[in-house]
Amino acid sequence: MNLTLKIWRQQDATATGKIVDYRVTGIEGDMSFLEMLDVLNEQLIHKGEEPVVFDHDCREGICGMCSLQINGEPHGPDRGVTTCQLHMRKFKDGDTIYIEPFRAKAFPVVKDLMVDRSAFDRIQHAGGYVSVNTSGNTIDANAIPINKDDADDAFAAATCIGCGACVAACKNASAMLFTSAKVSQYALLPQGQVEATDRVLAMVNQMDEEGFGNCTNTGACEIECPKGISLENIARMNREYLKASAKG
Amino acid sequence: MGGLITSSIARKVAMALSGLFLVFFLLQHFTINFTSLFSAEVFNEISHFMGRNPVVQFVLQPVLIFGVVFHFIMGFILELKNRSARSVKYAKYDGGANASWMSRNMILSGLVILAFLGLHFYDFWVPEIAYKYINHLPEDATRYYGELAHKFESPVRTLLYVISFVFLGLHLWHGFASSFQSVGFNNKFSVAATKFAKAFSIVIPLGFIIVAVFHFFNH
Repeated sequence: MNLTLKIWRQQDATATGKIVDYRVTGIEGDMSFLEMLDVLNEQLIHKGEEPVVFDHDCREGICGMCSLQINGEPHGPDRGVTTCQLHMRKFKDGDTIYIEPFRAKAFPVVKDLMVDRSAFDRIQHAGGYVSVNTSGNTIDANAIPINKDDADDAFAAATCIGCGACVAACKNASAMLFTSAKVSQYALLPQGQVEATDRVLAMVNQMDEEGFGNCTNTGACEIECPKGISLENIARMNREYLKASAKG
Repeated sequence: MGGLITSSIARKVAMALSGLFLVFFLLQHFTINFTSLFSAEVFNEISHFMGRNPVVQFVLQPVLIFGVVFHFIMGFILELKNRSARSVKYAKYDGGANASWMSRNMILSGLVILAFLGLHFYDFWVPEIAYKYINHLPEDATRYYGELAHKFESPVRTLLYVISFVFLGLHLWHGFASSFQSVGFNNKFSVAATKFAKAFSIVIPLGFIIVAVFHFFNH
């Protein structure tokens, strides 16, 4: 199939970007979206033009590196997949596709379609961990009995790959789904209780400092999340935060 | 505790709690208005009580006004903050693909309700204050029904009220159910609570519309 692509091109973080039209030919339905961009870049290189910069790593839907806003939706029109798992059979010959970087003040564009998502790392660093004594007498995690429902919910929260689709989808560019998943995966487990109060306060504070917007419960994040992270995590984080604030 | 005042979650909870308070007020207001469909005497009696009771006048009314003003100001503050969180807009953004129109346009429905409140205060609250505290007119426990019915003789005013109540319903459709999530309530009872909130957002505005239209055709 042959496609018209409207791609955001931006030289660097300080430059003013713009949408540029490209024509790409010879695309097969079995190609992934990133493979389609590979084909485009080969065609651009053959013409002596600068290829389009975009993020990618594993191309297996697990690393969370690919981060494209495709036709107005993060990771495109499919559900429960990252951009690398979106296949071109979802499009038709002759289609026009808008391709933009994830947009948020806290996700500045590095170049073209690549954005800096280190704000997520800083939120994680603020409290998304448990302190474990590794001096030789570490208790095996499996030795601690955990309610099966809690274990399942903690695991589901921990499947968040931090791709940023929640921020990209939210009309407020809120990072509450990401932050709440990271808070929840520890709040549900006994290992996370020791630092529970400090954790939620520090992570929410960091989230606010990064300049993300406020959650207004539109639910767009949950629908666009490639891992299906539930809004229940945001309610849990709100409870944890209020509880921690009351403790001081 | 400083973060409890300025953090994004604290503001979200404050919006939810003030919204829930206003929902409770709406139910009370609707119940009183609805009596006007059946009995002018009952409506006059309740209105007279509300208009003369010092607890209602000097405690509940200021609390209500504070709740309304707080909800609007906090709504505007959050809207401005949220807009600034995405300084460069998408060239193509398909918001309808993953979120309802109501949830994405709370500021719009809120602004319509704010404009309506201006009209509503001009229609009822300002004349009431002038009657009691400026003109010092004598108490008349039978005047309320007539004043209500008189306002809805105007087709333009009736239409404006109907349109405003539609927007109130749209605002409640997202806002009421959303407030549960904001205060951290998301469990096995959430489905039932959400259904109740959605039903409320239809029934109460529809009831207000029925009251307005009834008095328009009844004059």
